[in-house]
Amino acid sequence: MGYPHKSDPKENVVLSEYFGDAGARTYDGWVERGGYKALKTALGMEPNAVTDIVKQSGLRGRGGAGFPTGLKWSFMPKEKTRAHYLCCNADESEPGTFKDREIMRWTPHALIEGCAIGQYAIGAEVCYIYIRGEFTEPIKVMQAALDAAYANGVLGDNAMGSGKKLDMYIHRGAGAYICGEETALMNSIEGRRGNPRIKPPFPAAAGLFGMPTTINNVETLAAVPHIINRGAEWYSGLSLASEKSSGTKLLSVCGNVRKPGNYEVTMGFPLKELIYDLCGGMPEGRTLKAVIPGGSSVPILTREEAEGCILDYEGCVAAGTMLGSGGVIVFDDSVDMVYQIMRLAKFYAHESCAQCTQCREGTAWTVRILERILAGKGTQDDIDLLLDLADQMTGKTICVLSDSCAVPVVSGITKFRDEFDAYISGAREPVLTHG
Amino acid sequence: MSEELVKLTIEGVEVSVPRGTTVIEAAKEAGINIPHYCYHKGLPIAGVCRMCLVQIEGAPKLQISCATEVAEGQVVRVFGEEESKARSSVLEFLLINHPLDCPICDQSGECELQDFTFDERQGQSRYNDFPKRYDPAEQFGDDVMFVANRCILCTRCVRFMDHAAEEPVLNVSERGDRAFIGMHPDAELNHPWAGNVVDLCPVGSLISKDFLHKARVWELDHTDSICTGCSQGCNIHIDTREELVVRLRPRANEDVNKFFMCDEGRSNYRWLNSGDRIEAPLVAEGGSLVASGWDHALARVAQIVKGSTGDAVVLASGKSSNESLFFLRELFGEFDLKAHFRNFTVDGELPLSGVEGLALREERIPNGTGARQLGYDDSFNGVSNASIFLILGDDLEGITPEMLSGAKNFIYVGTTLPEAARNADVVLPATTVAEEDGTYVNRDNRVQRFSQARTAPGMGRPAWWAFAEVLKELGRGDAVDTAAEAFDAMASNVGAFNGMSYSTLGKNGQKLAESSAGVSK
Amino acid sequence: MQEAAEYQSVFVGAAREKLDDIMSRYPTKRAALLPALWIVQEERDWIPEGAMIEIAELLDITAAQVKGVATFYTMYHKHPVGENFIQVCTTSPCNVCGAENVVKALLKETGCGELGATSPDGKFTITEVECLGACGFATPIMVNDDFLDSVTMETVPEVVARYRDGKATG
Repeated sequence: MGYPHKSDPKENVVLSEYFGDAGARTYDGWVERGGYKALKTALGMEPNAVTDIVKQSGLRGRGGAGFPTGLKWSFMPKEKTRAHYLCCNADESEPGTFKDREIMRWTPHALIEGCAIGQYAIGAEVCYIYIRGEFTEPIKVMQAALDAAYANGVLGDNAMGSGKKLDMYIHRGAGAYICGEETALMNSIEGRRGNPRIKPPFPAAAGLFGMPTTINNVETLAAVPHIINRGAEWYSGLSLASEKSSGTKLLSVCGNVRKPGNYEVTMGFPLKELIYDLCGGMPEGRTLKAVIPGGSSVPILTREEAEGCILDYEGCVAAGTMLGSGGVIVFDDSVDMVYQIMRLAKFYAHESCAQCTQCREGTAWTVRILERILAGKGTQDDIDLLLDLADQMTGKTICVLSDSCAVPVVSGITKFRDEFDAYISGAREPVLTHG
Repeated sequence: MSEELVKLTIEGVEVSVPRGTTVIEAAKEAGINIPHYCYHKGLPIAGVCRMCLVQIEGAPKLQISCATEVAEGQVVRVFGEEESKARSSVLEFLLINHPLDCPICDQSGECELQDFTFDERQGQSRYNDFPKRYDPAEQFGDDVMFVANRCILCTRCVRFMDHAAEEPVLNVSERGDRAFIGMHPDAELNHPWAGNVVDLCPVGSLISKDFLHKARVWELDHTDSICTGCSQGCNIHIDTREELVVRLRPRANEDVNKFFMCDEGRSNYRWLNSGDRIEAPLVAEGGSLVASGWDHALARVAQIVKGSTGDAVVLASGKSSNESLFFLRELFGEFDLKAHFRNFTVDGELPLSGVEGLALREERIPNGTGARQLGYDDSFNGVSNASIFLILGDDLEGITPEMLSGAKNFIYVGTTLPEAARNADVVLPATTVAEEDGTYVNRDNRVQRFSQARTAPGMGRPAWWAFAEVLKELGRGDAVDTAAEAFDAMASNVGAFNGMSYSTLGKNGQKLAESSAGVSK
Repeated sequence: MQEAAEYQSVFVGAAREKLDDIMSRYPTKRAALLPALWIVQEERDWIPEGAMIEIAELLDITAAQVKGVATFYTMYHKHPVGENFIQVCTTSPCNVCGAENVVKALLKETGCGELGATSPDGKFTITEVECLGACGFATPIMVNDDFLDSVTMETVPEVVARYRDGKATG
């Protein structure tokens, strides 16, 4: 449903069916709503068969990269001479994204069930759910659900009477966006700085504690029980456009719309309908200026581009952007694009882990130039400099944080150049005094 | 050893290297030094400075050559437009907050930030009008100072303390461009091997207080030598400025000390500059020592040797070269010789625990192994009823004049004149390890060369030269003019050294034959 | 050093039991580092240098390693903060929904005056924070461990009043 709003008939409510329904939070309530059937089913199958179903469903990673989930699971070594781990990435920190928060707040058992199935499929006795430190309420809800799952024998040494050992723990983050990067998250669990690691080795070979590890996003894992219950064919058939994108997607819509919130739609849903129909369109008297459709790390779309964009992996690429995490940030015509791009750059400068030179120095330098422009002291050379720095911050570092900082700068300058020019020429009053 | 070789092309040069080699190492085989900061062969790979980006044909983006393994048929480009631009850009990023205080920086002249900036012709910064980051300098330990402003966060120092010293007292604190190398306030960087962070630091951020503002590095001469601090035999550079030893630094030798040396060895150089030296041969005349020329003094020694028979006792410093020890033995070849060397031991090793086979050893002399191989033992406890007693070297600590009084003739060869040696019949001015060429044998039987770094004061000469001259005087040998001749003479006479030659020892030394039987009779 | 002398151990009694239980969940002691820092912050409201030494000893690592980690994560307070520590999300999505007005209203209402400063009554410290992950509920703020969403400049006085007379929860 379009939590916190009523569900719209155009939505396809699967993961969000019980958003806002406090009864779904308890173990009994979850079982009443059909919970833990999928886990029971999975535990009666061969682990490979579970992976195969997920493969056939076409489920792709919902955290941002869109990597096929079943394929990722199949990379895990089949021998079990070493411990295997599952990490659930609940470090939801991509600006514009707030879907995992609602999954954990309202349907904690859905996530536990998805994790348990994933653990069983990859042969991991332990799963760590890494929840960002700021999510105090989701942590409380998840912990209560975990306690209940243990108390009811879902987890533990004999999960659902299967004889399998499945343990699950919450690991609380402490304020670091970069821990959403999979190897940074593993370092963070290990008690280290959240530094992304150089790859190879990839997590399936040497991940958490040096052991074979799979890491999946909350939304991805929460979709798995539905796939087990209703079949791979059902899921792969959920597609309004590209066959390569299947299932439903939770879209977090924020910024300048009348009804911000989470909306669950079938893959291939038009962005235009999402904004104007489901979200009620722009605030009174405002018109659409720009949209960032997949969290702050993806290219900004102009109004025209946004209104033609199809929300699935391929549709977003065709529109010159990416589906990313599905965090849709909407800007109306009152928004100062230069200022918002500076804000986004500041976010990345604040969150850079400090390892790679281009990122550590480049993100901070980018902010200073943008601030200088906003203070009315910029020049046209600054524009060239920003683009050149962005070029050197792209594709040259361990992880993509640096690239993510460059993305709004480049797409912002390319598509909203007149707003930069206005500050530089003095046509627009400076909004900052420093810089 | 059968290693699988992989063939690749780097900047048009075809090289074959063992599988598992990184591109940055393979490039060295092709004669190309790919610029880098965080990479260091002696440390785990971090891959963070992004300076060593190269183009690998078929790869979608530039790759760091320090963390990329070679592959068959790989084609690597180092100096193409894209990767050169990337490197220039990394330099520009590194320099935006760098103070450019090169005129007062100790690292100036041996700074990798300077050097690569020069190489890349990086003359301008576009970081206009913004203030640079500023943090005050800190004391990290008794000798190590941290100048935060110059730091480029390559983390070599942190990795050294984590993985080599295994005493993680350094960290990266904070994040983003606020990050810095930090410590906990209650800790100190005083590990016995901590000084290596100064060498590892590619810029002037970690500096030695001992060397602070002592010299501009381009004024220094660098000489290959061997540390005399213990039996490990770490390879070092002696850095001299106008005949003064101002610094010792480790010299890489994978077989001995990798890239490191301990702080005790590093700080043990002041004695090499001692002003209290014997500058001329001295001969006893009328109850006192009188300065003389070499000819007269050597003739006097020859006369003593020729006029004596029976027991001879020699006591040599543990710092004596193999060459001097060998010719000393030769000199007394016709005597019943008791040959001793002075040993110093300290209980407990101080290892660099993360590096196999490297420690400040209990035996605190550099050539105990050489001495033993040449028939010397360390059981000296005095002289009685000897016809000749000869001391080589200055380590007379704990030796009383009474212990030396039991010989008819007493010859002293050394660099300074201790009280106990003032009743010698002849005193010959010798040279220190820094003033002569020669060899030591370390605890692992590795024979290693050291070279002359400064001129001996006055008339000082290597002891092997003096002994060979006496042998010539006695008609038992030819003049020996170089350490190479001295070594080769020893190699053909002493079983353990058989087959070796001074020239083939090279920079890294050679192990004694496994079956070495010691001194030949 | 003075502080270390005065430092009183955190990990005794229940806190120690809690840490031991957490340590049993991981194959290495070090993995309990983030949880251990959280326990210290729960007990002391911030992370003194002495606590870093205590944690280091318990987890067989060094205080430098603890400090490197503690300073990486922005939620750990390395200095004492006001009784109520308020973090306001001002990242782009909230920014366009008036987050900076919420900050201004909070600074005025609490008497903090400026970001990072503690109010004269010692009750509040306010900082801006990057994305809190509740962008559809602009503007989210955190007061201590309480997560409040949909805060506007109009609702600020009510929020401040609630916390002024002692820590509210929920």
